[in-house]
Order: sequence, then structure tokens, then C-alpha cells
Amino acid sequence: MSGRENGSVSAERDTALAAYTLRLGDDALVASHRLAELAARGPQLEEDVALANISLDLLGQARSLLTYAGSLEERLTGVLRTEDDLAYLRDEDQFANCRLVELPNTDFAYTVARQLLFSAYQFELYTALAGSADETLAGIAGKAVKEVAYHRDHASGWTVRLGDGTEESSERMAAALEAAWPYTAELFTSDAVFRSVAASGLGADPPDLRPAWDVFVDGVLAEAGLARPEVPPITGPAGMGGRQGVHTEAFGYLLAEMQHLHRSHPGAAW
Amino acid sequence: MTDPGTDEAHQRRFDAMITAEERIEPRDWMPDAYRRTLIRQIAQHAHSEIIGMQPEGNWITRAPSLRRKAVLIAKVQDEAGHGLYLYSAAETLGVGRDELLDLLHQGRQRYSSIFNYPTVTWADVGAIGWLVDGAAITNQVPLCRCSYGPYARAMVRICKEESFHQRQGFDILYTLARGTDAQRRMAQESVDRWYWPSLMMFGPPDSESTHSEQSMAWNIKRFSNDELRQRFVDMIVPQAEALGLTLPDPALKWSAERGHYDFGTPDWDEFMQVLKGNGPCNRQRLEHRRTAHEEGAWVREAARAHAAKSRARQRAAA
Repeated sequence: MSGRENGSVSAERDTALAAYTLRLGDDALVASHRLAELAARGPQLEEDVALANISLDLLGQARSLLTYAGSLEERLTGVLRTEDDLAYLRDEDQFANCRLVELPNTDFAYTVARQLLFSAYQFELYTALAGSADETLAGIAGKAVKEVAYHRDHASGWTVRLGDGTEESSERMAAALEAAWPYTAELFTSDAVFRSVAASGLGADPPDLRPAWDVFVDGVLAEAGLARPEVPPITGPAGMGGRQGVHTEAFGYLLAEMQHLHRSHPGAAW
Repeated sequence: MTDPGTDEAHQRRFDAMITAEERIEPRDWMPDAYRRTLIRQIAQHAHSEIIGMQPEGNWITRAPSLRRKAVLIAKVQDEAGHGLYLYSAAETLGVGRDELLDLLHQGRQRYSSIFNYPTVTWADVGAIGWLVDGAAITNQVPLCRCSYGPYARAMVRICKEESFHQRQGFDILYTLARGTDAQRRMAQESVDRWYWPSLMMFGPPDSESTHSEQSMAWNIKRFSNDELRQRFVDMIVPQAEALGLTLPDPALKWSAERGHYDFGTPDWDEFMQVLKGNGPCNRQRLEHRRTAHEEGAWVREAARAHAAKSRARQRAAA
């Protein structure tokens, strides 16, 4: 094998790894932001503490992942984008997060449903990534999986409480799950980036995470006395979704709020 | 029926403990007025922590860097935690959190008036940390020696975290003051707005303070409002110089004779107006609290119902 071929193989590998890491970072960043919106709005003080805690964990993951994505990108382009450049200076269509994490906090049940489905996914993902051939990613995932285990417990506990609690809470929890469910298919959809990192032992191919996720989520729903929603996944346009930069309408507002101050002072340090 | 002879003996023992600077603990006898004063003060303090989450929470989703965002989320989380310790301290005096929250929501108990001012720029997050938390620490450090044990112990922990918050606020302003012209203006404008309200946080002048004297006698309060205000001004003047920002007080100058800074008189009419409910955010802050509480009612009810059902299932299985 010639040196040039080697170089192009490794460039391809790095390109896929950079795109993959950015997806994971965007997932964590946006999930954290939605939870951060709830500061001082929890149903009780203990939940203000817990939701802030989960938001902070996710933000920490996002910062590590975005910083790493930026450094991988720099190897390829020679241009470094910092965590803040990536968070604050990209437009909507350049974000590669799944749409599930964008869904608004319509009520507490919606927050719980989103967190249940997402943290159960992140748990399987980080468990797999802890064994990544990429040391940095393995290190980030190894730390994050412990945090996410708690996030998953927290969301499971509330799913059961709300599902089993009162007629009203059970109805709200069922409605919230039904609203979030169509967005779960995207978590387990593969594409060239995912297949590439999985093939080189760097990342996980999303369909492989599904069986364990199904078992876990089904177990929680059964304990909560809730049926698994029977709603089809979101389709179109042309099979594109969050990973391709096509987001929900709510996402533009989230970014407008998150980015406006940073963008109002170009080049300023904070 | 209480035995007056016994009460007198209890009172003597209580007075002796106060004189000896001993800690009063939840199971000790205490005069009703002491208990009422502590409940009022601890509840007001707890309410201030949870209402205080709003003006800062206002900037979490717009924090201009991920590092600042993380620090701010952690700070607002600390405040919720402080609220929890303080409501627990109040609980040791026989009054539950739900009851105190109801009193807050009905406007029958107060919280610190400072939180009725709006946070309109990012620099306000810095100014709150530096000035408001700085004033809070000045007030609270002596409370670590308060005669009521659970309150004093809660304050030790709270003061440690508050001093972090103050440094973080200072750091926000320090960065802004060394930033672009627009950032510098933002920092100065914010300090100009928060300076006088932060001086008001120590309460009315000693000559007009209604609760101070008895609280001092009970070792709840250790220094007078005016003494604490002076201590605060003496602390922030050199800090303002280090920041490179000015304080909007023409009367501010070092008095070699007193060994303290002289400073101007806050607008006590404004203070009274804000206290009466006419500040910029009084209605908004309470409304926000009530809404969060009411919107959470079905969640709390579900948690109670689930707990009851789980117990019943366990009993049935046993």
C-alpha cells in the first residue's frame, strides 16, 4: 500500500470520526439546553436540583465532544473551531443532532419522555463507545456512561411515577410518549458516517444499539403500566432529518436564543 | 396547660445558654418569640434563594460561552440546594416547606427585595455575583455563629458556596471590563444599576430597624445593619478599583479619621416602594413562582399517589 493511499484512508477515517463526534456533541448540547430552560420551573425544588444536574452533565459531555470534534476537524482543514465556535456560530442546518432532543418541554411529562428515550439511547451508545479504538472518545464515553446511568434512572423513576400515579398523570405521560416516539427511529438509523466509524472500530452503528434499548424501554413502560406507542416514525423530506441538518421548527428558536448574545459581539471574549 | 413555674425555669436556662454563647438545638425549649423570629428569618432567607434563581436563570439560555453557561447552571442549582437546606432548617422549628411556600405564594412572607430588580444584560449576572452575593456573604458570615444550631450549620455550607459565586461574578465583570468597548460599557452600566440596591440589602438604617435589637440580644444577629453595610462598602471599593469600574456614589471617599470609606445614602423611598410590592419585578417573580408551583401540582400528586399504591402493593404481597 502506498503512502498516499494510506493518507487518504486515514483522512476518510478522520472525516467520518469528526462528523460522528460532532453529532454526539450536538445531541448532548441541545439536550442540555432544553433542560436548562427549566431552571426555577420544576414541579418541586428537588427536581430543580436534579434537572440542573442532568443538564450540567450533558453540557460537560457536549463541551468535551465539541472540543474534540473541533480538533479532529483542524487536522483535516488546518482551521480550528473551538467549542464556542461550534455551539454559537453554526446555523441551524449545520447542526447534526437528532430531533428528539429538540422537542420542547410542553409539560413535565414531555421532559420525562424525552429524557427517558434519549438517556436510554445514550446509555447503550456510551457503553459501546467506552470500548472505542479511539482513546479520546473511549475516555469521554467511559466517564459519561456513569452520568447517563443516573439520568436514565431519574427518567425511569418519573415515567413509573407518572404512569402509575393518577389518571391525569398517566394520560399526560402516555400523550408525551406518543409525541416523542416518532422521533426515536432517527436514533437508530444508520448512514455512511455511522457505518464508517463502526467499521473502523471507532464508533457504534446505531441499529446495533436498538435491541438493548427496546428491552430497557419496554421494561420501564411495563412497570409504569403504559403501552408502547404504536405510531409510525416521522418520514421525509427525502429521508433527511437532524443528522442531515433538517430540524424541527422549534429548533430555530432554540438556536436564536442560545446564540444571539454571542453573535451580537463578534470576536469578543467572555 | 403549661406550668408557669416550669416555663420560668426553662426561660432561665435558655437565657443562660444564650449568655454562654451555646447553641440552641431543635429539642431545646425556646421562647415562642425566638421561634417565630427564626421561622420568619429562615423562611425569608429560603424564599430569597428560590426567588433568586429567576433573575439569574433568565440568562442561562443566552449565556455567551459554554463555560459561563455551565457555571451559571451550577450556580442556580446551588441556590435551589440552599433553599432545600434552609427549608429543612425551618422544619426543625415545626413548620413545613409546603406551609412556607403557601405563605410566600400568598405574599404573606417576604424574600430579599433585591430580586425584584430585572437582569436586563449579561453583565447583570456578573453584578449579581459580585455585589448581591458579596452583600449576602457579608450578612451571612456572622450567621454561621447564630445561636440556633441548624441555621448556623446551614449557613456554614451556604457561605462556602456563596464565596465561589462572588468570585465568579467578579470574574465575569473583570472579563467584560477588559473586553470590547461595548462589553466595558455593559459592565459599567450594570454596576451603576446594582450598586444602590445592593447597599439596601442590609436593611433600613439602624435608627429605623424594627427587628434588630431583639435579634441581637438572642445572638441571631451579630452586627447592626449599618455596621454590615459599612463592612460591605469597605470590601467593594478596592475590588471596584481592581475591576477598573467606578461606583456611582459621589460621596464615596476614604476617611482616615474613621478608618472606613464614607458613602452616600441609598434612596430609602425606593427601598420602601420595592418592599411594598412596587418594584420592577415584584409581581412577575411571585407569578413565576406560583405558576411553577401550580403547573407542578399534578406531578406532585402523581408522586404521592404512586407512593401510596406501591405501599399498598407491598402490603398485599407481604
